[in-house]
Amino acid sequence: MRERLLSIIEKNSRIDLKELAVIMGVEEIDIVNELAALESEGIICGYHTMIDWEKTSVDKVTALIEVRVTPQRGQGFDHMAERIYKYPEVNSVYLISGGYDLLITLEGKTIKDVSSFVSDKLSTLDSVLSTATHFILRKYKDHGTILAKKDEDTREKVTP
Amino acid sequence: MRNPLADKIVEIKPSGIRKFFDIVSEMPDAISLGVGEPDFDTPWHIRDEGIYSLEKGRTFYTSNSGLKELREEICNYLKRRQGVAYNSMKEVLVTVGGSEGIDVALRAMLNPGEEVLIPQPSYVSYEPCTILAGGVPVIIELKAENEFRLTAEELEEAITEKTKILILPFPNNPTGAIMERKDLEAIAKVIEKHDLFVISDEIYSELTYKEKHVSIVEIPGMKERTILINGFSKAYAMTGWRLGYACGPKEIIEQMTKIHQFAIMCAPTTSQYAAVEALRNGDDDVEEMRDAYNQRRRYLLYAFQEMGLECFEPFGAFYVFPCIKEFGMTSDEFATRFLMEEKVAVVPGTAFGDCGEGFLRISYAYSLENLKIAIEKLANFVEKLRKEK
Repeated sequence: MRERLLSIIEKNSRIDLKELAVIMGVEEIDIVNELAALESEGIICGYHTMIDWEKTSVDKVTALIEVRVTPQRGQGFDHMAERIYKYPEVNSVYLISGGYDLLITLEGKTIKDVSSFVSDKLSTLDSVLSTATHFILRKYKDHGTILAKKDEDTREKVTP
Repeated sequence: MRNPLADKIVEIKPSGIRKFFDIVSEMPDAISLGVGEPDFDTPWHIRDEGIYSLEKGRTFYTSNSGLKELREEICNYLKRRQGVAYNSMKEVLVTVGGSEGIDVALRAMLNPGEEVLIPQPSYVSYEPCTILAGGVPVIIELKAENEFRLTAEELEEAITEKTKILILPFPNNPTGAIMERKDLEAIAKVIEKHDLFVISDEIYSELTYKEKHVSIVEIPGMKERTILINGFSKAYAMTGWRLGYACGPKEIIEQMTKIHQFAIMCAPTTSQYAAVEALRNGDDDVEEMRDAYNQRRRYLLYAFQEMGLECFEPFGAFYVFPCIKEFGMTSDEFATRFLMEEKVAVVPGTAFGDCGEGFLRISYAYSLENLKIAIEKLANFVEKLRKEK
């Protein structure tokens, strides 16, 4: 039940409890208990809303920043990751295999916001060896959701 | 000028669905619950394989019976899913959809006047294909109290000296009924006793919601006398690719291949390459779609219960078959009024045989969001009818 529940609400966190119970074929109280357990175990970490900001009047730029750092004795990359993720403008921080170490996604109002974060805050951290900043020009698909126009139902309306 | 037409075809009634199709086509804002095909697109990796085959220039005929690697994958699949072994060289024919398989099987097996038992309600092609093949259709009317399963008694009663073939359409369109192992074992005895052959249309085999689909060929003694029909349309959402297959005893498949060779040549090559990919790497897609259908199925059954609409729990395909006898009107009247007054299209049960009278076929090959809108309208309509009484 746990995995099925998670895969449904991962796509639609606003689905109501009654409906969840119906489509999963279980009792509503079981859903309530399971959700509470998932939240307290930190498996469900939050309920977010997918927003295509491009369609609003709000200006936003998103950047992906590759960071190479010197791992620190006894703490590996964790300490550096923590120093970076504490900045509220940082959206996500991943440890990455391959050519660099940390991947950061960052949101700012303007390109200047992002560049000043990189030059003033990120690059000046002691362990940071180098950064490479990529600006996102357009989001086609995000969190498994295609942001472009949805296809219409082109099936014949009545078929045997 | 002389009459250019053959009496045999002129006498066949057009499909009962046609009428609704025509009305709905004129109503652009109508919501439809009348579709008999998945709402999902074919999974991308399967489409991609089709595209790749075109890029590579695989645009020629395949062998009459289908690509060798596809026939092998079909056999692997049947071994994996039903535990039954077929010889990919002699016992498999790749067809243009399951529909062609049914037609060709009937034409390969029937002599004039031989009878074909057709349980109804069921898919619309069995009866006309039987007539076109020179056979005589004999209808077995399935009953709601048996959850529209075929019982041994019903089968026994319909058999005459001329009976040759039983069509076994499960999981069933339009009722959603399935046949479980015990049900199949019961009819297998009758089939063997009367030396019948079976054409088992298992196109919805991947869409069952109780236990894994059981094929009649799994029952001892049945594989030797069964043509198993299946395909890619429903399991992999590949209706437009027109690809299915028939498996059975080599003597029958050989003759079916002969008809197929002269009438069709071979199934579409692009589709065959895509189907190889579907069978090799499509299990997860099937499971994902099955889960989605099952959620909708549960939702509809709950909604019917809420509005007090009688409906047995169907465990297969993507249809529910609620009973509307309480309103004292025919399926056709109900469906027509529902369409005119609420602009929602459903298919009257009678489109699938006379014994579908008093029932509606509602398809859940639609997103939950769309189903909710349509079901709200159904609830309103039902409410209105009850007040009228």
